[in-house]
Amino acid sequence: MKNKIDKLKYGFSKEGLQNFDIFDFLYKYGTLLVTLIAIVFFSMKLEFFFNILNIMNILRSIAIVSLMAIGITISLTVDGFDLSVGAVAGFAAVIAAKFMVVWEFGTVPSIIVPLAAGVLIGGINAFLIVKIKIKDMLTTLSMMFIITGVLITFTGGSSIYNYMPLPNNGGIAPGLMNDAFLFLGQGKLFGVPFPVFIMMFAVIVVHIFLTRTKYGRYLYMTGGNKEAAMLSGIPVNKYKVLAYMLSGFFAALAGVVLASRLGSGEVNAGGPYLMDSVAAAYIGFSVLGAGKPNVFGTIVGSILMGVLLNGLIMMDFPYYSQDIIKGLVLVLALGLTHYKKRG
Amino acid sequence: MSSKLVMKNISMEFPGVKALKNVDFSVNDGEVHALIGANGAGKSTLMKILGGVNKGFTGEIFIGDKKLEICNPHDAKKEGIVVVYQEVDTALISNLSVAENIMLDYIVNDQKNVFMDWKKIRKEAKEIIVKLGLDIDVTRLISSLTLSEKQMVLIGRAVFQKAKYLVLDEPTAPLSIEETNRLFKIINTLKESGVSIAFISHRLNEIFAICDRITILRDGELVGEYDLKDLTMSDVVEKMLGRKLENTLPKLDVEIGDVQVEVENFSDGKLVHDVNFNVRKGEIVGLSGLVGAGKTELCRLLFGADKLHSGRILLNGKDVTPSNSAQAVKNKMALVPEERRKDGILVNENIETNLTLTTLEKYCKVSFMNTKEIKQKAKDLIDIVGIKTPSEMQKVANLSGGNQQKVSIGKWILSDADIFIFDEPTKGVDVGSKSDIYLLIGELAKRGKSIIYASCEFSEILGITDRTYVMYDGMISKELETKNTTEEELLYYSTGGVENEK
Repeated sequence: MKNKIDKLKYGFSKEGLQNFDIFDFLYKYGTLLVTLIAIVFFSMKLEFFFNILNIMNILRSIAIVSLMAIGITISLTVDGFDLSVGAVAGFAAVIAAKFMVVWEFGTVPSIIVPLAAGVLIGGINAFLIVKIKIKDMLTTLSMMFIITGVLITFTGGSSIYNYMPLPNNGGIAPGLMNDAFLFLGQGKLFGVPFPVFIMMFAVIVVHIFLTRTKYGRYLYMTGGNKEAAMLSGIPVNKYKVLAYMLSGFFAALAGVVLASRLGSGEVNAGGPYLMDSVAAAYIGFSVLGAGKPNVFGTIVGSILMGVLLNGLIMMDFPYYSQDIIKGLVLVLALGLTHYKKRG
Repeated sequence: MSSKLVMKNISMEFPGVKALKNVDFSVNDGEVHALIGANGAGKSTLMKILGGVNKGFTGEIFIGDKKLEICNPHDAKKEGIVVVYQEVDTALISNLSVAENIMLDYIVNDQKNVFMDWKKIRKEAKEIIVKLGLDIDVTRLISSLTLSEKQMVLIGRAVFQKAKYLVLDEPTAPLSIEETNRLFKIINTLKESGVSIAFISHRLNEIFAICDRITILRDGELVGEYDLKDLTMSDVVEKMLGRKLENTLPKLDVEIGDVQVEVENFSDGKLVHDVNFNVRKGEIVGLSGLVGAGKTELCRLLFGADKLHSGRILLNGKDVTPSNSAQAVKNKMALVPEERRKDGILVNENIETNLTLTTLEKYCKVSFMNTKEIKQKAKDLIDIVGIKTPSEMQKVANLSGGNQQKVSIGKWILSDADIFIFDEPTKGVDVGSKSDIYLLIGELAKRGKSIIYASCEFSEILGITDRTYVMYDGMISKELETKNTTEEELLYYSTGGVENEK
């Protein structure tokens, strides 16, 4: 009991302090520490870093990464891996734009249909994995190629935007991305960018889903030990399907927000976010020593990536060097998680 | 109504092997019943039938007068039968908490509410942990627990499932003495609350400490069921082994020289503790002991395959302690590992590649392979070790177990190794190949090599070694002259028997 109180007071128990293990400490708090150090470092170095406008800027930029990373996180809970989220986001963005600008369907269908498409793609992924038994990573990698290819064919490779010229001398596109749609990506509420609210909402809902509902726990059980889960009566395949559908949904949601923010639907818009989201989800493993996919960790991961990216841009780092830093942070996080697992 | 659990006339066949022949087994209300037999006697097979894992057996299972239909683990659980297998990790979900693992059944099957009732789950799991007299924080992840704690969690789960019949399959094999005592306390608590327990163990002293009755199996057949009060340890050993086996193992006459290899204070800090022994030139020294005694771990440790905690090896007085396996080979050591398919050979390569792998450098000129010489050497080796194969280009995967093992040994023959370590070299090998392998090992001894031969087959140890060390619990418990010992004595020391207590 005393240990518990100490734990609340100091963040670790007295007992833990006596046999203090630097590695154990790093394992639990390393990622948070790095995030904090990065923020402090940039704040001291850069005049405008810790500025409310810049903070909003960072938050807005991590919103899309976070949504995609949530998708990956859910796929990771069942011991899967959804690499198609970037392509799905691009797909959703193009569909949303096409529905608004070219086919004039109105705001609601232009949001619902891309989301449904995301869920559908997740379902196809799951079918290939569960029934045909292709490995998760290979399935979703193939899906990534297929979707991107379909999209380029479908759009002719060009993006879809307001007043765009239609092919075959069709004049200009009749529809418009209206203000309601654009609000999703560009609007502000109490001075905070709207995508941040979407992100926060998604984080809270998924966090509660994964930790507080039995369905969330079934996902973890499926991923943790499929055999044991099956023998206790969990329909593991059903939960794998659910995980990939949810993953597709959040990827599509990211795509819709992205289309709204850019004011256009671009084929390759989602791609660049993929690696950042993968990194965020895996960095999440190491946050507070969770050792497994978790949404809170994922958010810390994407904040870390966002802070690094923003700070490095402000310090005039060339974009290719930013990738080096991102890669190193990912290796560090993976190292912390896996080294522990082995030991 | 009696709720005695009875298995009647159980037979089961695996392809080519009759694993169980008309075996009866029963557990009375609230008793701890030991099930014992040598490796391969059919203990685990029998318990897997009871747990619903093994299908396709014949015979009947009753509780009291009620006949049971057990087709899968679920059926068994419904009748209150819970089996805790030796491989605890297969039943636990390692990335979840202790509480969730104990309450798994409730969470999956009985919890009506969509939202997890964490308070209830943690409280009830805590109650079970306390009831078992344990101190494990129920919010900890399974992955952070020790092996014995994991076992306790599984027993906790059984308690939660209101198990009426609990089967513990060699639960003490990986446990320390302290942990074993704690387990025994728990077993006694459960017994008092009316749980019937079937207890499998190789360790006789444990069986005498906590069991009431005993069922002995030998080669898939029932030897008998006895009251433990009426038996002594040596009675049990005798019944387990049946009559003394004839010694039909070929042994070459080899002149034994001076001490060539000395192993001092070897420990890995986990499963091998403070091992000291020596091997003379041309001597075959046995490492005897039961499965899980630490023989394999010691062999790997000697060869530098695992991390050494302390200790050193001297070869003719020179320190040759390897820090990795490559160095071990350089320091004139050779290991024929237990898991031959996994560690000993490249199954998807041909015989030639496998046989010349360890000595490849000898047939190379400036890093280019002399393919002609390699082929010739491979052909010679096939003759020497007696591999039955149409050609040296045959894929090793297509050979029989015995011939694969010959490949695994053959690759060391041409090396200059002085220390040969064999870890269960005849496991899964047919009788004919077995004697070939014994002769091969004898040949190596004749050439003045020092041989370390680890095996859990006592007849083998008696047949081919000159001296043997008995391992128990990661330590060497006894050194015996093979000439002057018996299978009974080996088993006695392997099961934790202590001198002057016989």
